[in-house]
Amino acid sequence: MSEMSQTALLLEDLRKSFGVIDIIRGVTLRISTGERHAIIGPNGAGKSTLFNLISGRLAPTGGRISLDGQRIDGLPPYQVSRRGLSRSFQITNVFPRLTVFENIRCAVLRELGYGLSIWRRIAGRADVVARCSALLDEIGLSSVAQAPADTLSYAELRALELGITIAGGARVILLDEPTAGMSRPETSRTLELIRGVSAGRTLVIVEHDMAVVFGLADRISVLVYGRIIATGTPAEIRANAEVQAAYLGATPDAGALPA
Amino acid sequence: MTTAVHSRIPGAIIGVTAGLREGAAWGLGALLLVALPMLFRSDSSLAILSISGIAVVFALSYNILLGQTGMLSFGHAVFYGLGGFGTIHAMNLIADARLPIPLPVMPLIGGCIGLLSGALLGALASKRGGIVFAMVTFGLGEMVSAAAPILNRFFGGEQGVTTDRTALPHMLGLGFGPQLQIYYLIAAWCLLSAGAIRFIAGTAFGQIARAARENPERIEFIGYGMRRVRFTAFCLASFFAGIAGALTAINFEIMTVANLGAQQSTMVVLATYIGGLDFFVGPIIGAVLVSVMQVSLSDVTGGWQLYLGLLFVLGVMYAPGGIAGLLLTSQPGERLRDRMAPRRLVLLAPLLAIAAGGVLAIEMAYQLGLRSQDGTVRRLAGIPIDCASPFPWLVAATLVVGGGAILRRAASRAHPGSTR
Repeated sequence: MSEMSQTALLLEDLRKSFGVIDIIRGVTLRISTGERHAIIGPNGAGKSTLFNLISGRLAPTGGRISLDGQRIDGLPPYQVSRRGLSRSFQITNVFPRLTVFENIRCAVLRELGYGLSIWRRIAGRADVVARCSALLDEIGLSSVAQAPADTLSYAELRALELGITIAGGARVILLDEPTAGMSRPETSRTLELIRGVSAGRTLVIVEHDMAVVFGLADRISVLVYGRIIATGTPAEIRANAEVQAAYLGATPDAGALPA
Repeated sequence: MTTAVHSRIPGAIIGVTAGLREGAAWGLGALLLVALPMLFRSDSSLAILSISGIAVVFALSYNILLGQTGMLSFGHAVFYGLGGFGTIHAMNLIADARLPIPLPVMPLIGGCIGLLSGALLGALASKRGGIVFAMVTFGLGEMVSAAAPILNRFFGGEQGVTTDRTALPHMLGLGFGPQLQIYYLIAAWCLLSAGAIRFIAGTAFGQIARAARENPERIEFIGYGMRRVRFTAFCLASFFAGIAGALTAINFEIMTVANLGAQQSTMVVLATYIGGLDFFVGPIIGAVLVSVMQVSLSDVTGGWQLYLGLLFVLGVMYAPGGIAGLLLTSQPGERLRDRMAPRRLVLLAPLLAIAAGGVLAIEMAYQLGLRSQDGTVRRLAGIPIDCASPFPWLVAATLVVGGGAILRRAASRAHPGSTR
């Protein structure tokens, strides 16, 4: 990534405390447009909190967050979403009793200009149907489009979660452990899916599966106790002594790091 | 996963047949509204039909909040009442000033008053969802009720405010004196409101509201502010409640503070729940049932509210989908024809025994309590029963206890291993 590339997401000295406990202790990070950036770190490092700060679920205690040069820190989630940043959740967060099709439709309505309109019926609208069908094809759920979301298998639910996240046409997407709890074959299928949907977008991903991280990311940041101790290409991160000591060293299984 | 397989039907097929069925249902509904007064011609039937029509609009408006958006309001009668009071004052004003506004457009005025007050109070109430919302609406209902005696000119104190619907300019030669004309006016507005509410359910707002009911948090992450969603639902529900209030004002030509009080608010919760809040027809069924009970059953027994309460409790416990849920659900095992399978039909006898015993006990207790000045003899189904003698009480107890025991045995045989 050259310094000339545009900045999609910029965190400057970001801080978050809960009472006297500092969870995020001054994170500065620049993510370029189109970059696939992974954030790794041991449990309790603050990865989820970081995502909650960026997506507006939590307001930061200090510091700045900018999306395409515009400040978004402290904005409510729906404002952040409208500015083009969308996130997925680690624990699946869909609309259980709505069909898969409706789940996706909810997420495309705003982008297509329907907002909260009470004057236009949306059933059978060509633009809505076309967008939803394309998305359902992309996430591989066309065959279960009319099934209620609460009848899906776990892998299907995760795909739906991803579909809702990308449906609104966000330029920056945040994925929180998209392969958590998946089998090997499911993980590799999801990895392909993420590659597909992140094309042409900026991707920030929190992930525990190192095969996914090193196979997907252009750059990796290592978060330890609320601070980023290293940022670099997968090769740089693998070679970084501090990272080895602080994080990767904690996993004696060196085979977890693909060459 | 059997349910998943069951519901995986290509969308195109569902779309076409559902569209046809929907159209047929609306046609049938309209036809029924026209034909009902021809089938039930008596004055009292016409009164019940009119009240039912109004209750349907009110319950449908309430379900925009409860069923569609998942907002439990305990103060919905405020907007029904304010719409009604506003309409009465508007009617008196129009009559006094001889304005060329005919009676049939008055519900629109009631709706606008409902909308206005809904927007005003909704700005506050819709700030939070869940239990906080429920409590705030409860408080708002109490607040408006408490404010009524202070604003005596608007609410008319104890005796309420009255109007004369025939004093308004006539339209198409209709004076709107006879109840039959009023019924058709109510029926027309009922159909119009139901159509509008159904239409709204199919818009982007309707879709987002249903999603918000399912998962209010996620809504915020797809670009919708929950407060705005709640506020929109609140305003729409208040608008249609205002229409229902206006129809009440036209029907009775009087509004009292009781019309916007807690009891009226509770009644709409009950009706919507009993009918079934997950289906569009649920509140319609519930509203008609409660109206009929309110008018007919109250003639038969003073304990009708007790039966309504029992129906509500049993419904919530054993048929959470309400009557509409029993009739229309596609979940195997939940459907009426599954529930009515021959082996389960056997359960009907002990259930009826329990019901009969229960009714007997309630009616006797009622006779001894509130109606004690009329003596201890009560006629039930033509049979004179002396409530002071122990024999009928023994019969009631035997029916309930015996029925319960048989039901328990039969149920444990139907579900071996389960103690329920």
